[in-house]
Amino acid sequence: MSAPPVGPPLVEARQIVKRFGALLANDHVDLRVMPGEVHALLGENGAGKSTLVKMLYGLLQPNEGRILWQGAPVVLASPKAARRLGIGMVFQHFSLFENLTVAENVALALDDAAPVPRVAARLAELSAAYGLPLDPAREVWRLSVGERQRVEIVRCLMQDPRLLILDEPTSVLTPQECEGLFATIARIRAEGRSVLYISHKLEEVRRICETATILRHGRVVAATDPRAETAASLARMMVGGDVPALRHAPAGESDAPVRLSVRGLSLPAEDSHGTALRDVSLDLRRGEILGIAGVAGNGQEELFAALSGERLAPRAGQIVLDGAPVGREDINARRRRGAAFVPEERLGHAAAPRLPLSENALLSGHAANGFVRGGFLDRGRMLGWVDSVTRAFDVRKGPRDPEARALSGGNLQKFVVGRDILRRPALLVVSQPTWGVDAGAASLIRQALVDLAREGASVLVISQDLDELLEIADRLAVIFHGRLSPARPVAGLTREEIGLLMGGAGFGTNSEAA
Amino acid sequence: MRFVLERRAETPLALQIGSPLLAVALTLLSAIVIFAALGHDPWRALHIYFVMPLSDSWGLQEVAVKATPLVLIAVGLSLCYRSNNWNIGAEGQFLMGALAGSWLAIATHGAPDGWWLLPAMLGCGAVGGALFALIPALLKTRFGANEILTSLMLVYVAELLMDWLVRGPWRDPHGFNMPQTVIFEPEATIPLLMEGGRLNIGTPIMLLVVALMAVLVARTLKGFEIRLVGEAPRAARFAGFSEKKLTWTVFAISGALAGLAGILEAAGTVRQLQPSISPGYGFTAIIVAFLGRLNPLGCLIAGVFLAITFIGGENAQILLRLPLDVTRVFQGLLLFYVLACDTLLLYRLRLVRGAAA
Repeated sequence: MSAPPVGPPLVEARQIVKRFGALLANDHVDLRVMPGEVHALLGENGAGKSTLVKMLYGLLQPNEGRILWQGAPVVLASPKAARRLGIGMVFQHFSLFENLTVAENVALALDDAAPVPRVAARLAELSAAYGLPLDPAREVWRLSVGERQRVEIVRCLMQDPRLLILDEPTSVLTPQECEGLFATIARIRAEGRSVLYISHKLEEVRRICETATILRHGRVVAATDPRAETAASLARMMVGGDVPALRHAPAGESDAPVRLSVRGLSLPAEDSHGTALRDVSLDLRRGEILGIAGVAGNGQEELFAALSGERLAPRAGQIVLDGAPVGREDINARRRRGAAFVPEERLGHAAAPRLPLSENALLSGHAANGFVRGGFLDRGRMLGWVDSVTRAFDVRKGPRDPEARALSGGNLQKFVVGRDILRRPALLVVSQPTWGVDAGAASLIRQALVDLAREGASVLVISQDLDELLEIADRLAVIFHGRLSPARPVAGLTREEIGLLMGGAGFGTNSEAA
Repeated sequence: MRFVLERRAETPLALQIGSPLLAVALTLLSAIVIFAALGHDPWRALHIYFVMPLSDSWGLQEVAVKATPLVLIAVGLSLCYRSNNWNIGAEGQFLMGALAGSWLAIATHGAPDGWWLLPAMLGCGAVGGALFALIPALLKTRFGANEILTSLMLVYVAELLMDWLVRGPWRDPHGFNMPQTVIFEPEATIPLLMEGGRLNIGTPIMLLVVALMAVLVARTLKGFEIRLVGEAPRAARFAGFSEKKLTWTVFAISGALAGLAGILEAAGTVRQLQPSISPGYGFTAIIVAFLGRLNPLGCLIAGVFLAITFIGGENAQILLRLPLDVTRVFQGLLLFYVLACDTLLLYRLRLVRGAAA
């Protein structure tokens, strides 16, 4: 238990209730953040963390309950009102103008207008003081994701906040960038400012936070000192039960036959925001899981499109599946050869939101699952498939065949992964298999991938979640600026090595760091 | 207090049916206001418009005759609209179908013909309409030209071509210089279903097409492809469907159906080619398609309703001396209300109390 608080909390939420229609997003939530404290707000996706902090930042208004600032009740009618009190927030998704410089972006967002040169000078000062290296004159589109986040943090610090809210700040960072962020947080705290740190990563919360409020289904289930807990005990509170541990022993280098081989694949970007693939090569053996790590936007989407056949390779021989050159074959021809694919985006790419699950089963299965006879749909078989996926992957849904958009994120993800794993594919290419799903669904999906590989299938997992890759992959490669590093066995890899690769080190002179 | 639109999680079936009915009701309400403003008794006018056409055999047959081209065109357009292909040029495809089929009738005029002539004419009509519809498909897939503009512009090309042909090369030499072709021979005329009216086998053909299209959309992989491309284009690519190929397919089908409607009208109802062969069927069919929820069976019901307004409009012209443009106003209002009511399908209207933040 934490020490009894002295003096009034910096900010306190009392019995906050927030409803969205029938959904109770916050159910009588209490939160106390003391001055000079790094306070974690823990919870799974959909637990109500974002709703709560949006009310603290004036973006949403509570239906019931009060917010107290240094002991006095306040109404936060807008973000501007919150900033005036001394509350700053860095969102998970940045709001920066790509074509403006760092200083111009910061100047635009200030509540009190100031000339750009003065802003630039203050910015340089702050970034030096907090260990956030930034060039004020640089255009934002040239910055990496980590640098963009620094811009957002400095932008908040310009307002001299008493409370800084950080929403899942490490989800887009390499391990080295995370270390830098933790150092910055330590400095902010040393000045007596408070930090409200939203995360679902337990190890980092245990490391940098001294208090944690844990939310589950919109309710506070615990307020505790995370340093006195284990990651497992925090996870239990967060999930409300034990998450089964993954049964997997990384195999490392194997001498099984190669199933998928990519050689010298280059592919231009489809539009100005895309990333070109440059000279990508990889080998994926039978019974093996290959992980592709990397910060978002380094060519993951393009790699998925090329492997799946949504975009064709320039030459057939650049992608070889079980000895057959398939680079010029479309996605259905590759499916008929036993390949299966699960894209990153659930709604709109993997599934059509307004079509029923049975037709979403047809979507990826019409070429190879026998759902179609002589051009006519076999609705019985499609429904049977939905039932099988529902059973095998514990898909929770109301009616037997609801529209895809009626399912929660985790359940829809279980469905789109399950509908293709159930085919027992020889090759499965999956992108962000557990992005934004709850711990129970994530654990089930990861176990299914591991089991599939154990049965002899080859699995390629593209993910930004390094923990996930280290947990399930046998070998790991890193994608950076459209280039792929050689794959190495996970067993001998340190997070530092991977982090350096994710940041572009080791890609040699060929890497075009912009 | 203010109203906000909230996205619905699911669309209840009752609303899907209720929304077009609400649109019809609002159109009738507007009609009452317009009739009153024009100085007519609204109830008598409504009676003439919507009840009289259904009160005798002749009227019922006429409704079927008018509904036939409307429904044929609309089911084709539904396929286009469902897959995000905005074919606005069905009027032109209708005329080109009529031209292509009539060409055969005129070319064989006076020569001994066999049983094959009529099927061949229908085939020519469908092919003519399809080829004409493939022009915007080509421009869209090859050059990225907006099909709304190109298909609409081609309507005027077809109209002027028709005008030139019936005033020039195809004019009936014994027609007192009227802009029309010869009256088709009996072998080149669509047989009547019964004596004492104009109902011909075009109507059963239309019903057959509706049934086929209903099966196509709901039961076949091609129908799924059409729905998926419109619903989620990226998911359609993931399913391995080619958007471009589908654009060609749906333009060809809808052009063929519009062309078939055109030759059925020329060889069945009018029995010759003349510039006024279509009272705007190709445009009215757009309303039919949307009023019918882009569903073949829905198009059948909506087509009958719009046909009633055509007949009712003619009656009103005679009995109330109302211009035919009033009918057009109703049809336009109807489309407007249908699209507005569709918002209710996707969103829920909610009254919010209290001040905005």
